Amino acid sequence: MRAPSSELPIVLDRVTYAVRGNPILTDLSLSIAPGAPTVLIGPNGAGKTTLLRMLMGLILPSHGSVTRGGRDATPERCAIVFQRPAMLRRSAAGNLRYALAAAGLARADRAARCAELLALVGLSELADRPARKLSGGEQQRLALARALAKDPAVLLLDEPTASLDPAATKSIEDMIHEIAARGIKVVMSTHDLGEARRLAGEIVLLHRGRTIETASASDFFTVPRSHEAKKFAAGELLI
Amino acid sequence: MTGNASALQLVLTADPTLMGIVRLSLLVSLSAVALAALIGVPIGALVALTRFRGRELLIVFLNAMMGLPPVVVGLAVYLLLSRSGPLGAWGLLFTPQAMIVAQTLLVTPLIAALARQTIEDLAAEYHDELAAMNVGPLGRIGTLIWDGRFALVTALLAGFGRAAAEVGAVIIVGGNIDGFTRTMTTAIALETSKGDLPLAIGLGLVLIAIVIIINALAWAVRRAGEAYAG
Repeated sequence: MRAPSSELPIVLDRVTYAVRGNPILTDLSLSIAPGAPTVLIGPNGAGKTTLLRMLMGLILPSHGSVTRGGRDATPERCAIVFQRPAMLRRSAAGNLRYALAAAGLARADRAARCAELLALVGLSELADRPARKLSGGEQQRLALARALAKDPAVLLLDEPTASLDPAATKSIEDMIHEIAARGIKVVMSTHDLGEARRLAGEIVLLHRGRTIETASASDFFTVPRSHEAKKFAAGELLI
Repeated sequence: MTGNASALQLVLTADPTLMGIVRLSLLVSLSAVALAALIGVPIGALVALTRFRGRELLIVFLNAMMGLPPVVVGLAVYLLLSRSGPLGAWGLLFTPQAMIVAQTLLVTPLIAALARQTIEDLAAEYHDELAAMNVGPLGRIGTLIWDGRFALVTALLAGFGRAAAEVGAVIIVGGNIDGFTRTMTTAIALETSKGDLPLAIGLGLVLIAIVIIINALAWAVRRAGEAYAG
């Protein structure tokens, strides 16, 4: 387990994000603290991806504030895996070496760290294969390894198992458990309630750009407070 | 039939006149493509990665210039380099250098436009990943050019194909001087008009062979790119 990071807690205070006047996030307040994975759930268009991009510092709020470790700072040890990660036109190992170089790791240390990360995500055998020729599940695992190249304190995952088959989903979920056990704070979005049950320590239900309910996973699934959470936990559609 | 046989003999025996013309043609076109790459790729990258007033107009202009008629380029360079022109004092008219300048002007828009398209597509695909990895502006440009290298080489080969096959610009600014500025295309035009078909056909065969080689190279580069980079 690593020491608590200066990245945490990430606190969003009354954040609004709008594109050409259309609000995507509205008056959203949330605190991401160290601990078990925080899972963002909600229907399409709820604002999950936008929220993750904001946590990564890729977009700034139109109103409100985001602080990290109590400071108004840019994220330094924060990494993200996008729902459809773009693979650089290089081998799997080439992608990883690129990420390690971008993270500032000394050239002499890159080969060993690259091998270590490929082994962690089970891609050692495919190190020399063009990354774009890997299967969807293998690309997700490589994207995960690439994100870990930064040695992040916070790892953001946008629907990491969307469109994967059950075996690939299981392998990604196992890795998320392992990453979380190493003390890395995982914040992820998912559509899949079963996945949320399996992985979440904390659930944040988003709907129409607002946080509807934030609760521990056990509370959310046993005693949901809000009407929307009750519907969502019961598997009904939120429109 | 006799003309074809003589033409083939000229090619197979590496006739010195024919080889001299081929050498000059390659020198002019390869130099022009090298210069056009040095100018066109950065212009393409700049237009692809920056946003400024008039950018869309510049893209339309670059795309339009891909179809620039060679004779018009030849005329413009002729006016620039002729004795009474602004660069007349350089004394470049009717030299291989003038031909290189003309072909560079002809090919640069093609390379710039293709480079812009390649780099812009790649930049859109990589944008979020590179931002998340905190890659700076110079690192991004380097990455995009490197990862787009197979498509960029194909653009250079297309540029070479256009330069090697054109006749309008080099005949105006080169003057088609025997042994000095005579290229394959200008020689074919001249020898055909004189009725000396063997040399014209021989040069035509070499030109066709070069075009086939260029296309084979472009195909090989694409295949290598797919095999290596996916």
